[in-house]
Amino acid sequence: MQADRPLRIVLAEDSVLLREGLAGLLRRFGHTVVARVGDAPALVAAVEEHDPDIVVTDVRMPPGFSDEGLRAAIALRAGHPALPVLVLSQYVEQTYAAELLDADPRHGRGAGVGYLLKDRVGDVEEFVDAVQRVAAGGTVIDPEVVRQLLGRRRDPIDRLTPREREVLALMAEGWSNAAIARTLVVTEAAVAKHIGSILTKLDLPPATDDHRRVRAVLAYLRA
Amino acid sequence: MGTHTAWQALKQRPRRFLASPWPWRSLAYLLCGIVPSGAVAAAVLTLLASRSSKAAPLVLPPVILALLLSGPAMARYEHWRLRLMQVDPAPGPYRRAEGAHRALQVGYGVICTVALWLIDLAVVAASLAVPAGCVIALARSGGAGWGTRAAMLAAAVVALPLAAYPLTAWAGARAALARLILAPREVELGERLVEVTRSRARLADAFELERRRIERDLHDGAQQRLVALTVVLGLARLDLPSDSAAAEQVTAAHEQAKQALTELRELIRGVHPQVLTDRGLAAAVADAAGRSPVSVDVDVALPRRLPGAVEVAAYFAVCEALANLAKHSRATRASVRGRLLDDVLVLEVHDDGMGGADPAAGSGLAGLADRVAVVDGRLLLSSPSGGPTLLRMEIPCRQTAPSG
Repeated sequence: MQADRPLRIVLAEDSVLLREGLAGLLRRFGHTVVARVGDAPALVAAVEEHDPDIVVTDVRMPPGFSDEGLRAAIALRAGHPALPVLVLSQYVEQTYAAELLDADPRHGRGAGVGYLLKDRVGDVEEFVDAVQRVAAGGTVIDPEVVRQLLGRRRDPIDRLTPREREVLALMAEGWSNAAIARTLVVTEAAVAKHIGSILTKLDLPPATDDHRRVRAVLAYLRA
Repeated sequence: MGTHTAWQALKQRPRRFLASPWPWRSLAYLLCGIVPSGAVAAAVLTLLASRSSKAAPLVLPPVILALLLSGPAMARYEHWRLRLMQVDPAPGPYRRAEGAHRALQVGYGVICTVALWLIDLAVVAASLAVPAGCVIALARSGGAGWGTRAAMLAAAVVALPLAAYPLTAWAGARAALARLILAPREVELGERLVEVTRSRARLADAFELERRRIERDLHDGAQQRLVALTVVLGLARLDLPSDSAAAEQVTAAHEQAKQALTELRELIRGVHPQVLTDRGLAAAVADAAGRSPVSVDVDVALPRRLPGAVEVAAYFAVCEALANLAKHSRATRASVRGRLLDDVLVLEVHDDGMGGADPAAGSGLAGLADRVAVVDGRLLLSSPSGGPTLLRMEIPCRQTAPSG
C-alpha cells in the first residue's frame, strides 16, 4: 500500500523500540521519516533543519518525562502556523487535547492537528490514514477524548437523537461527510441532513469547510 | 530483663533481684538526691552557727528566698536523675509545665531540697546501719573470740542483702512520685500524637512517591513494549493473506494485545494520573468527571497548585465519590465544586439521587474518609433518605511550593 503523496515526517518518541517500529510502519506506507528524535529540544531542532510535512510526537519525553512533547508541539504550532502536528499520548485526558487545539494562531484556519491515543498506532492503516489527514490540514481527535468531551456537556446534547449524537462524535473526531457516511452505512445526503439538524440544535453556524466545522464543534464541546 | 521499674524488680525471686542492677541503681538514686541537698543544708547551718543568734532573722529570709528560687533548678535536676530509675522507656526531655502544674513542679523541687532528702537519708542510714555496724564491730573486735566474730560476719552477710529491699522500695516510690509530677502523661501523649501524625504524613508521601515510580516504570516499560507489539502485529496482518489460518491467529493476538494495552492504561491511571501531576487538581477532576456515566458539572477554581499529598488525596476522594454515586445513588446529575477558603480546600460533591448514603454501610464512604484523614482533612455528609446527597471535604493546605 502506497500513499498518494509521500510525506516527509519528523518523528519524536523517546522509546527506541517504539520509535523504530513507528518509523518502519510509516516507511512501509511510502512515507519518509527525515528525522527520528528522542526529546523535545531535538524535535524543535529537527523541524528547523528539515522543514517537514508533518510532525508526529509523543507527549511524555525527556528531560522531565512530563509533557515536554506536548509543550514542544504547542510551541511549534505557534511558531510554524503551517506545520501539521500529530500528538500521540498515553492519556485520554481531554485537558491535553484542548491545550493543543487552543494553540492555533489562525483561530480554526491553521494547519492540521491531531491528538490520538498511542494505542491507535496498532491499527496501522487507520493510524497512517490519520497521519495523512492531519498532513492534509485535517483535524483528528481520538474517539475516547471525544467521548469525554461529550460527557461534559449534557443539556443541549441530550436533545439530539442517538443517530445525531453518533454523527456529532464522528464530526468531532475529524471525519468528513463521506467518511461518516461510510462508517454509519448511510448516504452522504443523510449525513448532511443530520449535520444540519445538529448545528441548528446546538446553535452553531452552518459551515461549508470541513475543517472549520470540526473546530467549531470541538470549541463548542469544550466551552 | 523484663523489669522497667524498681517495684517490678522487687517482685522477682530474691536471687534474681539481688543480682540485678536495681539495688545499686536505687542506692545511687537516693545518694545523688542526698548529696546536693545535704550540702545546701550544711552550708545554711554553718552560716547560722557562725553568726550570733541575733543575726538569724536577718540571715533567714534570704536563705528561704534562695531555697524558693532553687525550686526550678531542683525540679530539672530531679527529672535528670530519674534516668537512674527509669530505663525503658527513658524519660523524655524536661519540659516546663504551664500554670498550676508549673507551681507543682517548682514546689516539688523546693520540697526535695528542704525535706525529702532527709527521708532519703533516713532510709539509707537505717537500711545500711545493721550491715555497716556489723562490719565496723568486726573490724574493732580484735580481742573477741572466734565465735563472736563469726556471728558478726554472718549477721553482716545476712543484713546486707536485706538492706537492698527497703532501699529499692523507697527509691521506687520516690521515682514514681517524681515521674507523676515532672513528666505529666498528657504532654507525652500529645508529643506522641504529633509524632504519629508526622510519621503518617511521611508514610503517605513515601507511598505517593512509590506510586509515581510504579506509574513511570509501567509507562516507560510495559506500555511502550505493548504499543510496539501491536504495531508489529498490525503490520504482520497486512502481509498475511486474509483467509489464511495464520492471519486468524495473528488477528486474535493483535486484538488481545490491544485489549491488554487498554487495561494497562486504566491501571496506570488508577495508580497515578499524569494530568494531576502536570496540570493540577482542577484539570484532573474535570477529566475524571468526563469519564463518569452520570452527568457531572465541574466548577473547581483554585488560585494556585496545592501540596502534592493534598492534590492526590482530594483527586482520589473525588473519583471515589463519583464512582459511589454512579453505583448507588441513581442520580442523573451531579456537580463538583472546589474552592480554597482561608488555606482550606473545600470540595463539595452534590447529586440528585435517592440519598440515604450511610458511612457505616460500607459503601466506600469509610475508605473515602480515610483518604481525607491522611492529610488531616475531614468529611461531612448530608444524605437524607430521598436525597439529595451532599458530600463535603475540607482539607487544610498550608502554603508550600507547588509540587511537581
